[in-house]
Amino acid sequence: MQLDAKIPSGPLAEKWDKHRFELKLVNPANKRKYNIIVVGTGLAGGSAAASLAELGYYVKNFCIQDSPRRAHSIAAQGGINAAKNYQNDGDSIWRLFYDTIKGGDFRAREANVYRLAQVSNNIIDHCVAQGIPFAREYGGLLANRSFGGAQVSRTFYARGQTGQQLLLGAYSSLMRQVAAGQVTMFPRREMLDIVVINGQARGIVVRNLITGEIESHAADAVVLCTGGYANVFYLSTNAMASNVSATFRAYKKGAFFANPCYTQIHPTCIPVHGTYQSKLTLMSESLRNDGRVWVPKIPGDKRPPNQIPESERDYYLEEKYPSFGNLVPRDVASRNAKAQCDMGKGVEETGFAVYLDFADAIKRDGKEVIEQKYGNLFQMYEKITASNPYEEPMVIFPASHYVMGGLWVDYNLMSNLDGLFVMGEANFSDHGANRLGASALMQGLADGYFVIPYTIGGYLAGTDRPEITTDHPAFKEATHYVTERTRKLLSINGKRTVDDIHRQLGQILWEYCGMSRNDEGLLKARKLIQELREEFWKNAMVPGSSEDFNQSLERAGRVADFLEFAELLVIDAFERKESCGGHFNEAYQTEEHEARRDDENFCHVAAWEYKGDDKDPELYKESLVFENVTLTQRSYK
Amino acid sequence: MTKNINITLKVWRQKGPNVKGGFETYHATNISTDMSFLEMVDVVNEQLTLDGKDPIAFDHDCREGICGMCGAVINGRSHGPEKGTTLCQLHMRHFSNGDTIVIEPWRAKAFPIVKDLVVDRSAFDQIILAGGYISVNTGGAPDANSIPIAQEIAELAMDAAACIGCGACVAACPNASAMLFTGAKISQLALLPQGKPEAANRALAMVNKMDELCFGNCSNERECEAECPKEISISNIARLNREFVKAGLVSVVK
Ligand SMILES: Cc1cc2nc3c(=O)[nH]c(=O)nc-3n(C[C@H](O)[C@H](O)[C@H](O)COP(=O)(O)OP(=O)(O)OC[C@H]3O[C@@H](n4cnc5c(N)ncnc54)[C@H](O)[C@@H]3O)c2cc1C
Ligand code: SF4
Ligand code: FES
Repeated sequence: MQLDAKIPSGPLAEKWDKHRFELKLVNPANKRKYNIIVVGTGLAGGSAAASLAELGYYVKNFCIQDSPRRAHSIAAQGGINAAKNYQNDGDSIWRLFYDTIKGGDFRAREANVYRLAQVSNNIIDHCVAQGIPFAREYGGLLANRSFGGAQVSRTFYARGQTGQQLLLGAYSSLMRQVAAGQVTMFPRREMLDIVVINGQARGIVVRNLITGEIESHAADAVVLCTGGYANVFYLSTNAMASNVSATFRAYKKGAFFANPCYTQIHPTCIPVHGTYQSKLTLMSESLRNDGRVWVPKIPGDKRPPNQIPESERDYYLEEKYPSFGNLVPRDVASRNAKAQCDMGKGVEETGFAVYLDFADAIKRDGKEVIEQKYGNLFQMYEKITASNPYEEPMVIFPASHYVMGGLWVDYNLMSNLDGLFVMGEANFSDHGANRLGASALMQGLADGYFVIPYTIGGYLAGTDRPEITTDHPAFKEATHYVTERTRKLLSINGKRTVDDIHRQLGQILWEYCGMSRNDEGLLKARKLIQELREEFWKNAMVPGSSEDFNQSLERAGRVADFLEFAELLVIDAFERKESCGGHFNEAYQTEEHEARRDDENFCHVAAWEYKGDDKDPELYKESLVFENVTLTQRSYK
Repeated sequence: MTKNINITLKVWRQKGPNVKGGFETYHATNISTDMSFLEMVDVVNEQLTLDGKDPIAFDHDCREGICGMCGAVINGRSHGPEKGTTLCQLHMRHFSNGDTIVIEPWRAKAFPIVKDLVVDRSAFDQIILAGGYISVNTGGAPDANSIPIAQEIAELAMDAAACIGCGACVAACPNASAMLFTGAKISQLALLPQGKPEAANRALAMVNKMDELCFGNCSNERECEAECPKEISISNIARLNREFVKAGLVSVVK
């Protein structure tokens, strides 16, 4: 099978316009007749459900939390990018496009990324109209900051709560459509399977998390916006319910999973402090605008930081990357922190931490200025660690944060399964091998507000779909499969808790498939994952019943999927014999220990097809063609 | 300094909305003071699971104080003893060895119990869908900088918009009123020029909805403000009242 990304022909800047013109339109009177299922209420799902309903489609919207307003997107802190160039500092659609392509280490599609940069400006307009209280200058116009190593100020923000405000905006538009009767909300539902009939996605099967009932829902198209799988590492900055289950079930029904090995480890998180730890907290990247990263020069130096003189500190990022310094992209910053700790220069009891020091910034700008910029972050840090960052340097360490991999989609954001659209973090499309700061929010909202409203119309108007209801045998089959699996989980009756097994899975991946990888370790990880999966199905302990509000059962189902998915992640990492972005294979590095891409052999998207539980998945390659940018070695020196 | 403490928990256990509930006692030993409160409950739940018992059901998701999913009444205080802190952000260093901690769900007629500490807060969604939005469709917005908004106004709107919809204000209020939650949303949108055209209808619809959903009246007890983890100011209730009165006048004129 040939993967067709359906990229429109013509000059880059005209592709989207041309495509929108060529897409078939659905007659307004007919829109009412179409049912669309949107799974997820984060930035991608919430914006999609609201916009589709505004167009007149009838939408069913599902989420795990008790309210759509609580999706994981709510936690995003730093901001959202757009190419407005309000600061007159040289930004443009082209520059945002180029930065994103380069930041992704030239492993994303030009056409998708260009479209993303194009619609970025519409997002800000729409969000302001919704009443999102973005930060403003004294004159009343919108404020911007530079973020995540960008050399222009293009990031819009609402204090340290940008994700919250954008999500509440999407949520309010969504609620307006619920009030209008265009959207029906199904909160506290977990999608457990997708129903494919005649090669077309026609519905889903969900578990009602309160009653345990298995429900079937049919539709003309299914849109998955179920977020990322960073929790496969157990510890991550993601919300506790973030999972791979929805996308992984779609994979098992024939949707291709693309680039699962592209995971992002964020450099500035609060380090792990005990085995009971349930999640890691991100300290916004914006802190690197003023904080200086350092470790003691002498390995094993256990003196408190303020007793280590300047001359015995190693500001390794400033040293190594004089032009970007502390602002190098995330993958570079994370790998360097790990390298320092591997040399024994890590701080704290664990040795897995580095300092992020504000002393110089406070001396230069005064405490007040620093407080104004980062007050809420400093407060959060102190709440968690009981240490005061105005007095002592912060300690930070990288943590699993975001995933670039996800279900394969074409330019229309449709997977290889007809009628199955995938958006937001759940798809693989726009960030290549590494995502830049403040661009996930942009992508989720671009997909939901400005892409799917057009492309789903093209699909619905251009395909024949037989009339079906949930009485179709495919729904019965899916329900049976889901019920059986639940029964199996509840009858293992072993001796280890699900969390305990999940923690072990996380350790395996962190060790062998984390910030740096090698072939030997990946082979070992694969074996360990298989053994652990076996252990899970023999020895896990899942209390309670299926007809009840049962959080242990929910977690068990998600961990069971992580245990299968983790193997796919490792297989993909093993197959990619190069280093790029978040994927660093030690065998492929430059003399200066930077990632060395192999553009001749690996300038492609790796898309995997499920072939059966006991068979290896099959790899399909979508070649990436660059017509507008020249591939260069990323350099931040 | 990190240390380990032993504590006794008295936790409200209730199998379902229509079943009688009651307190159960558990002993949590060797709890690191660096743990968060929810991590402490995780530890207790791991042990309950290993002992073949039903773990305590509680809502949580982000565990960093922003999603509004968590919440319980700890020794009589919504989200526990620390000011401006959600339950997931509360750390065990604020408790001492030998303490007894009483943990209960939010109690309000409008928030029926689902199980143990989990309650049904869908009434909050109902209030928002009565009018907590600006009626704009995707696509037609003018350039974002075409409406300048004074910085102080934007900041005030942001203060109100910081509400995480957790429900602590309702749980803390002797009347189980939702005025702080509703006031925060009405204020955010009434402050901004974009929200003004619909301000009157919004205020009427949201306040009426609130009454309809069995939330109590506000009698100025200020417990909500004291317990709100996002320190939403009670001045938002005053603004709600002004908007409501104004709306009444406008609708009379009509
Ligand atoms: C701490 C943190 C800070 C961040 N800061 C930034 C930032 O400053 N800027 C930026 O651009 N990006 C940031 N990101 C990344 C960004 O927040 C996410 O990538 C983005 O919000 C994902 O949005 P989404 O809509 O794809 O998915 P999510 O917001 O994760 O939503 C997933 C939705 O799917 C539902 N769901 C999942 N599985 C199922 C299922 N099986 N059945 C039913 N429903 C399901 C969930 O209930 C939820 O509603 C940050 C991420 C983290 C963790
Ligand atoms: S006003 Fe405060 S207490 Fe009430 S829901 Fe909002 S954040 Fe929670
Ligand atoms: S778990 Fe999200 S606010 Fe506490």
